[in-house]
Amino acid sequence: MPSHDVLVIGAGLAGQRAALAAAEEGVSVGIISKVHPVRSHSNAAQGGINAALNPGDSWESHAFDTIKGSDYLSDQDAVEIMTREAPEEILHLEHLGVTFHRNEEGKLGTRAFGGASAARTYYVADITGQAIMHVLYEQLMKYSEQIARYEEWFCSSLAIDENGECCGVVTRNVADGQVELFQAKSVILCTGGNGMVWKPSTNALICTGDGIAMAYRAGAKLMDMEMIQYHPTTLAGKGFLITEGARGEGAHLLNAKGERFMERYAPNKMELASRDVVSRAEQTEINEGRGFPDGTVALDITVVPKKRVHEALREIVLVGRDFAGVDITREPIHIKPGNHYTMGGVKTDVDGRTDIPGLYSAGETACVSVHGGNRLGANSLLDTLIFGKRSGRDAAARAKRIDYARASKQVLEDEENLVADIISREKGSGRRISEIKLELGQTMDAKVAVFRDEAGITEALETVRRLKEEAKTAYIDDHGSVFNQDLLGAIELGYMLDNAECTCVAALERKESRGAQYRTDFPERNDTDWLKHIDLERTDDGPEISYSEVTITQWEPQERTY
Amino acid sequence: MADYTIKVRRFQPESGEGPYWEEFNVDLDPSLSVLDGLLQAKDRDDGSLAVRCSCRAAICGSCGMKVNGQSTLGCKTQIGEAQEQADKMVGAAGVSAAVADSPIRGEGSDLGSAGNPIVIEPMGNMPVIKDLITDMESTHWTKIRRVTPWLLPHGEPPEREYVVEPESMIDITQSMACIQCGACVSSCLSMEADPGFIGPAALAKAYRFVGDPRDAETHERLHDLADDPHGIYDCTHCFSCIDACPKGVAPMDQIMRLRRKAGEEGIEDPNAGHDHEIAFVKVIEKKGLLDEALLVQESYAPGIKGKLKPSKRGLTETIKSLPTILRPLRKRKVKLRQAIPGLHHGLPKEAMGDVKSIYAHAEEHSEELNLYIRGEEGDDAQPDGAAAEEVTND
Repeated sequence: MPSHDVLVIGAGLAGQRAALAAAEEGVSVGIISKVHPVRSHSNAAQGGINAALNPGDSWESHAFDTIKGSDYLSDQDAVEIMTREAPEEILHLEHLGVTFHRNEEGKLGTRAFGGASAARTYYVADITGQAIMHVLYEQLMKYSEQIARYEEWFCSSLAIDENGECCGVVTRNVADGQVELFQAKSVILCTGGNGMVWKPSTNALICTGDGIAMAYRAGAKLMDMEMIQYHPTTLAGKGFLITEGARGEGAHLLNAKGERFMERYAPNKMELASRDVVSRAEQTEINEGRGFPDGTVALDITVVPKKRVHEALREIVLVGRDFAGVDITREPIHIKPGNHYTMGGVKTDVDGRTDIPGLYSAGETACVSVHGGNRLGANSLLDTLIFGKRSGRDAAARAKRIDYARASKQVLEDEENLVADIISREKGSGRRISEIKLELGQTMDAKVAVFRDEAGITEALETVRRLKEEAKTAYIDDHGSVFNQDLLGAIELGYMLDNAECTCVAALERKESRGAQYRTDFPERNDTDWLKHIDLERTDDGPEISYSEVTITQWEPQERTY
Repeated sequence: MADYTIKVRRFQPESGEGPYWEEFNVDLDPSLSVLDGLLQAKDRDDGSLAVRCSCRAAICGSCGMKVNGQSTLGCKTQIGEAQEQADKMVGAAGVSAAVADSPIRGEGSDLGSAGNPIVIEPMGNMPVIKDLITDMESTHWTKIRRVTPWLLPHGEPPEREYVVEPESMIDITQSMACIQCGACVSSCLSMEADPGFIGPAALAKAYRFVGDPRDAETHERLHDLADDPHGIYDCTHCFSCIDACPKGVAPMDQIMRLRRKAGEEGIEDPNAGHDHEIAFVKVIEKKGLLDEALLVQESYAPGIKGKLKPSKRGLTETIKSLPTILRPLRKRKVKLRQAIPGLHHGLPKEAMGDVKSIYAHAEEHSEELNLYIRGEEGDDAQPDGAAAEEVTND
């Protein structure tokens, strides 16, 4: 049985950072990822990473912007930690070799981003996430003696010992189908978000909410699951992301009449208001007939100097050309709000600890919460790195204190039985996995998106519960062991359905409008009743709701205007 | 919506059978990708069709494959364009020949019929694991690790950031744009001949450190890559990797930069490539046309302003090249005038002005080698990388 003091699941930015931080503490580390680490979705973070590092900027200002952006649902102690530690982390990355943009003096340079009161976003052209992740992977290769990499291993469940502590994971080598129980003293879930629950989504196909579902099934609490970010600038139909950096560089949003409509919604910050605000403004324009016939508005990048576009937004030039047939330096590109980010997730403290001893989580999988009701652009990379690092350190400290617990082989048997069951289903005995995924994605995008109401969410929840039943008999075509992606797709569908159910339940419960949750039947924010987190815990009858306090340190909730 | 037939080279390792071709009919918008087509076939017809994929937007690098014989990303190739390409290629030597020659069973030779399928194969230069999934670990990643792919700075880091020239970061960001998809490795002709060749992706990665002013081991890295017989001088300059790269990294350009830096470090190029490059520039500058005999002499024994400065290596290499010169002379393909250094005619004087202006332009723009600093205000030219990529999609 392979064993490591600390086992990290998922190898995007949070996972890689956690593994490196744990290894620095001198413990043995294993990092497992269902895809090769550099394929992870952190790649897609184009615009940059926030830190108050410039003279004249302050962590307090960064913290306030983050809290205001969150619509006061973030926990302010966590935000303080993230924003205070941000500058040191940027310098750490720079020292490791990230090729951050420089100003004329050769020092780190910044760009403007949405919801921020200062230009504090550090970047590498528009491949910031990719550049940072590839540099961290360089470090994983460098420290290969301390950190064992399990590339293309798929995790399917957590092992919990008789004391209720997490002591390992069940994982399948995708290359040959071999299933093993890995033993660990601490397990850190860093498997990203759950964007595949919606269709379309800016997320990669791998973002199926694995860690969130595994933690939930093991009994950990989830938090803020109703808070799903719709990004203001995604390509119609395909859901591809156009970075907020485009608006940061000065691009305008126009409706079909050519009006710069943000004047009416956010007269001060205009296109650089918080994402929830901009997405709602766009959707309102579209719903009220001022959009284009394809259900979009336009993003006009032609107002940005060409040289600057080629230097700082090159990826977007390529995306426009290859995926929309538009030369963004010459004409506006049609965009709409699209599913983008999971603010909620596995409830953790500021060191990544979940409710289950030995189980940690960081990055998009986790909900600390620093993003609350709405995440600011360029805060996601920061979240992954700061809380990846902190959970790595704490997980290592725990590992030093305790001995390996005995993991029961029961989880392994359960897993083998599940796989055998899926493979044994006769062709045509139920629906195809792909049909169920499509119905799920379209339902969630129609009913649990920018604007929501009780009737719609209830319908979505009923659909999700029906799909859960149908998933039990859904069949697959591939009965082999080598790269059986069909089988993994069936397991992922289960994860997605658990995520969807939790989001519906929480969205139905929160009877107010805050951040990404906009209820047309409760259009106002209601601090008296709803300045609190919704926590969910798994029962046989579905998620059980409880509440937890929002931590407020020094920023009392105010009215939110941009 | 339009109907397409995609023809996939499949291999199911547990079947006990060899590779075979299978056709799938899909219907999707022409602007969607070849990967979308594959996923539709997988969703509707056969879930066992194996292909790595994740982002669908050419940023994760999972779906490297050959489409109509060209190494690329499945997600970045529009299916409508792939169809046009397939139609154009019928009867041509390219894919149809490759397919017909493939020693695999199945109906692989009906490419001449109407409604030609889009041909999809796994990447080259790598073992195939299942269908379109290749073993990148034993080829691509092993080579990446070969180039010591992490920063080796000198001493402790500064308190703040390293202060470096802004252009230096932009310069190596071209290599950082690599998503490790393996398309360049798949297309590399040198690697086909020498599987030990470090290869385009790993060498582009190496430039990311050699070009990084924060790295303290530039000299050691260059010697390492130059002394390895499978290193920087193993590239034959065929441009395949530049055509294949979906991100405009232009790996061959990075290899040429490594060679140039090696030349600057005083490392002797076994192919005399660095001197050859200088000689080429000099000969054209002087005559406007290529005087090949002069080029040989200049490449091995660079004289001052065309004067012969005999060196031991220059003499041996010139003598070695004699049979190459004598053969065409005997067959009267070359006139004597063309075989004697310096006697080849040049451009007429009045045309030399144009040559001079090209040189002046190149001199002025010498720092703009990199696509990230391309494009000036009002300049309608596409960035370098974009131009390179269009070759892939054509």
